[in-house]
Amino acid sequence: MSQSYKIKSYCHIKAHEVSLNGKVIYANDSNTFSEFIKAAYKSEKTKYPKFFKMDNLSKLAFLAADVLLKNENFDPEVEQNIALVFSNKSSSLDTDRKHQETIQDPSNYYPSPAVFVYTLPNICIGEVSIKYKLNSENSFFIFDSLNARHLKIYSDILLSNKKADEVLCGWVDFEDDSHYEAFLYLVSLEGNTDHNEHEINKLYNI
Amino acid sequence: MSSVYLSYNHILAPLGFSTDEVVKNITSGKTGLKVIDDEQVFQETFCGALIDKVQLTSRFNKLNSSKAYTRLEQMMISSLTEVIEAAGIPLDDRVGLIISTTKGNVDVLEVDQAFDKSRAYLSALGREIRTYFNFENEAIVVSNACVSGILSVAIAKRYINHGIYDHVFIVSGDIVSAFTLSGFHSFQALSKTPCKPYDANRVGINIGEVAASALVTRSSNHLSEDAVEVLSEGSCNDANHISGPSRTGEGLYRSMQSAFKEAQLNANAIDYISAHGTATPFNDEMEAIAFNRMGLGEVPLNSLKGYFGHTLGASGLVETIVGMQSLKNETLYKSLGFESLGVSKPLNLIDKTIEKPLQIFLKTASGFGGCNTAVIFKKVK
Repeated sequence: MSQSYKIKSYCHIKAHEVSLNGKVIYANDSNTFSEFIKAAYKSEKTKYPKFFKMDNLSKLAFLAADVLLKNENFDPEVEQNIALVFSNKSSSLDTDRKHQETIQDPSNYYPSPAVFVYTLPNICIGEVSIKYKLNSENSFFIFDSLNARHLKIYSDILLSNKKADEVLCGWVDFEDDSHYEAFLYLVSLEGNTDHNEHEINKLYNI
Repeated sequence: MSSVYLSYNHILAPLGFSTDEVVKNITSGKTGLKVIDDEQVFQETFCGALIDKVQLTSRFNKLNSSKAYTRLEQMMISSLTEVIEAAGIPLDDRVGLIISTTKGNVDVLEVDQAFDKSRAYLSALGREIRTYFNFENEAIVVSNACVSGILSVAIAKRYINHGIYDHVFIVSGDIVSAFTLSGFHSFQALSKTPCKPYDANRVGINIGEVAASALVTRSSNHLSEDAVEVLSEGSCNDANHISGPSRTGEGLYRSMQSAFKEAQLNANAIDYISAHGTATPFNDEMEAIAFNRMGLGEVPLNSLKGYFGHTLGASGLVETIVGMQSLKNETLYKSLGFESLGVSKPLNLIDKTIEKPLQIFLKTASGFGGCNTAVIFKKVK
């Protein structure tokens, strides 16, 4: 019989606000996502120059994961086996469109590896893995909207099969400047919230 | 935990429109790769494996669909139809659908395309496939770079073991498009000639297109002649670089460790490795290091990229299906393009197609974002 797991903490980034466990920790009224996410990143004081090279989806996922994982105060000397299970609707379409623009016109043809590498949704998982040295299980799923049932099942599987000790799970979607959203939560043996479909949806809709 | 099997399957590739035809061509040493000089496809001359348009259309038209489907959807539907028919399983709530792809219908982003741009959403692709076949459950779309195809097999097994489904149909596919060609070209990763995995003179990849489908099931009543048991799996990240593999093969090594631990097997249990072998200098070197760290340097190994090209999110599934044929036919297929070892650690490349009794094989894949997957399969019949 599978054990029951808990949601230990969660983070939202949407509508130019960052919140941790339901409390707004950063907000600003920038015009664009780029301005907002840069300012939010600076407020977090995470010194990580690679951040500026990331595409929008990776910046969004990275910041949400960073806010949440930093709060856990893991010992940097101890290896963490935290699986990363991310999902969204728009895959990497924001960057796909940018790459497509660079090849559309033969007279103005300028594809770049720095853009192309981000035309895969799981690159943002790679970015988080690199920052937190997570050599763990990872997978990127695509759904029309947050699929709490699927995420719950897959986290349970990874934990009960001992493929991971904890699972950082959720939704990171970047459609365009005004349509983006991150909701990540950490599934663990400990925590105050039960890990079930109802609670995942409830936290998502906070 | 009860056994989970990989059973009925189908490959739709430039090398043939059935698993049998593809394997017959592999046996006789044919490749699907060609030098293509066609501005309609890509502005540069490249070497790749393309599915013939006329053949695909005529194949798809046999299904008498009244709706318009994209090229990739036509490939996926044509392939999955064969597996669903062979399996004879009603598509009820105990049956899952997993779709794996890296770029899906990315060609609809091109100008002057007949399809609405919303078709580029991978969830739209999932909906089209689900609706065509009337699956009761929503499609689970896996898009995890070049491990997507083999990772879906692992995910299907996990879902079944966990009691969520009894059967899962997987369809994997990716097309050759100006989108991917231009991207890999900008990385200077494309070889202008047929690729040479693990060879001293390897210079890069060829892109290919394919659709492949398979049934993953817990039911021993639904096993094909070539069915294998899915013993174990692991999928670990390098945590090193987003577009280059780890120099120590860390993620691949850990993926294999995870799979070996779960199956309670040692390296000497493996009869054959169906490796990733993209033929880029760094990837193949990384694999050689990881395989040697696992003590697998002497196990017969091939890369099938010389037959199919790199078929991205479908490569893991199509290569696994060929691995199943290796076990069934007791044959190790030549690693096409290989002449002399060009990695720093020993590997036992299969340099000619030979018969050999085989029981257990390991399939591995690695991709951008630092992802890696390893799955171990065992012969059933």
